[in-house]
Amino acid sequence: MRFVDEYRDADTARALGARIAELCEPGREYQFMEVCGGHTHTIYKHGIADHLPEQVSLVHGPGCPVCVIPMGRVDDAIHIASRPDVIMTSFGDMMRVPGSDNTFFDSNAEGTDIRMVYSPLDSLKIARQNPDKHVVFMAIGFETTAPSTAMTLLRAEEEGLDNFSVFCNHVTIVPGIKAILDSPDLRLDGFLGPGHVSTVIGCRPYEFIAAEYGKPLVVAGFEPLDLLQSVHHLMLQLAEGRCAVENQYSRVVPWQGNPVALEAINRTMRLRPYFEWRGLGFISHSAMRLRDDYARFDAERIFDLPGVRVADPKACQCGEVLKGVLKPWECKVFGTACTPETPIGTCMVSPEGACAAYYNFGRFTRERIRDATATASATAPATTATANTGGRG
Amino acid sequence: MCLGIPGEIVEILPDRPDLARVNVSGVRRAINVGLLEADPPRPGDWVLIHVGFALSKIDEEEAAAVSRYLEELGQAYTDEIDALSQSMIE
Ligand code: SF4
Repeated sequence: MRFVDEYRDADTARALGARIAELCEPGREYQFMEVCGGHTHTIYKHGIADHLPEQVSLVHGPGCPVCVIPMGRVDDAIHIASRPDVIMTSFGDMMRVPGSDNTFFDSNAEGTDIRMVYSPLDSLKIARQNPDKHVVFMAIGFETTAPSTAMTLLRAEEEGLDNFSVFCNHVTIVPGIKAILDSPDLRLDGFLGPGHVSTVIGCRPYEFIAAEYGKPLVVAGFEPLDLLQSVHHLMLQLAEGRCAVENQYSRVVPWQGNPVALEAINRTMRLRPYFEWRGLGFISHSAMRLRDDYARFDAERIFDLPGVRVADPKACQCGEVLKGVLKPWECKVFGTACTPETPIGTCMVSPEGACAAYYNFGRFTRERIRDATATASATAPATTATANTGGRG
Repeated sequence: MCLGIPGEIVEILPDRPDLARVNVSGVRRAINVGLLEADPPRPGDWVLIHVGFALSKIDEEEAAAVSRYLEELGQAYTDEIDALSQSMIE
């Protein structure tokens, strides 16, 4: 497929690319981080970089919740699941995440009962159907999925279920962004804010990024044009010397978020003092656990957990990829020892992970670049069609 | 799991104002609409669904755009719809 066919409005995309190019100061490089894994997916799938001038590059951030789960937590989950009276439930994305010995899939081959569910509410149903078993839901995700876990807990409480608990691994996006801002390795000019997380938390929690760090942030939608438009908004802010939080995705994201969802989270969960993120290390106040009122639904308190911190495998460079310091294809094991079928690191597991997204679609990006370059030399002016091929393996 | 998928509300379940039957690309399943209680959706409305919960209302045009976008994702969307069709929310 030619790259122009993929866009609903190829002309608009080209025009945006040209306007972004006009806003570039000569000799200045611009780096924007897209925080959300869904954005990373779109960027590779649609070859967004092809539309950006060479001076502007997008860096992938830590916004894939599967990718930031440290190995020790996978081990803890398998430890719980290895009890004969336990049925563990989890989203499909978690099934192939490597722990230090096993993934959930491997562990099932050795006798555990870890089931994929679509929704935490499905875990409740499994609990009702299996009164002689204890059903644990492995909760993962940012503020997009935390309300679902919270609502499920409220429901379990209402029903008086006594064979259901949650192994809570919910992380919060803002401390993750702050950790990146505080890390010395990276110079960023601004952020593309996550779309779906923001439907829950709204736009206000990002204001410190503009106020304290002097970086603009634009909450962006998921389509190619959304991303290009958002990059354009970021460039306009920089050109005008402004720095603010803007909402490009206001057709879905309300500025104040979803108060009902926030209230449900707040009723059932509180911030942990710290939590380990794969590759990023311990980050203060960056994850949730269940409140004392919900202790009877808290797998961490019901079961004795090893809670051992496991270092990432030596070959794995997910930390650098999650911080945007390395591009996926720059990792030494990318595409050789580490593939979506046999992932070494988490970024290769979830389709939103930067490595999996690049592995699945990077090839098409390269084909597009070839096509675009051929077309460009025949027809279009160089500024809009010159592909950013720098560093692409 | 991170994908927000658009669904059209078919009906609110009798006696369960927090549950609605939705139609997602032809798959009909129950989802929870409790997070929208401040402005509850009605049959014919479109919502963005995350792991069995409607997180926001969207208009029909946005729903069509998101669906198109998801269909282009290929496998990831097929997996999500498969997961949804296994779901038994009640
Ligand atoms: S290629 Fe594999 S090991 Fe390397 S950063 Fe990506 S997921 Fe991690």
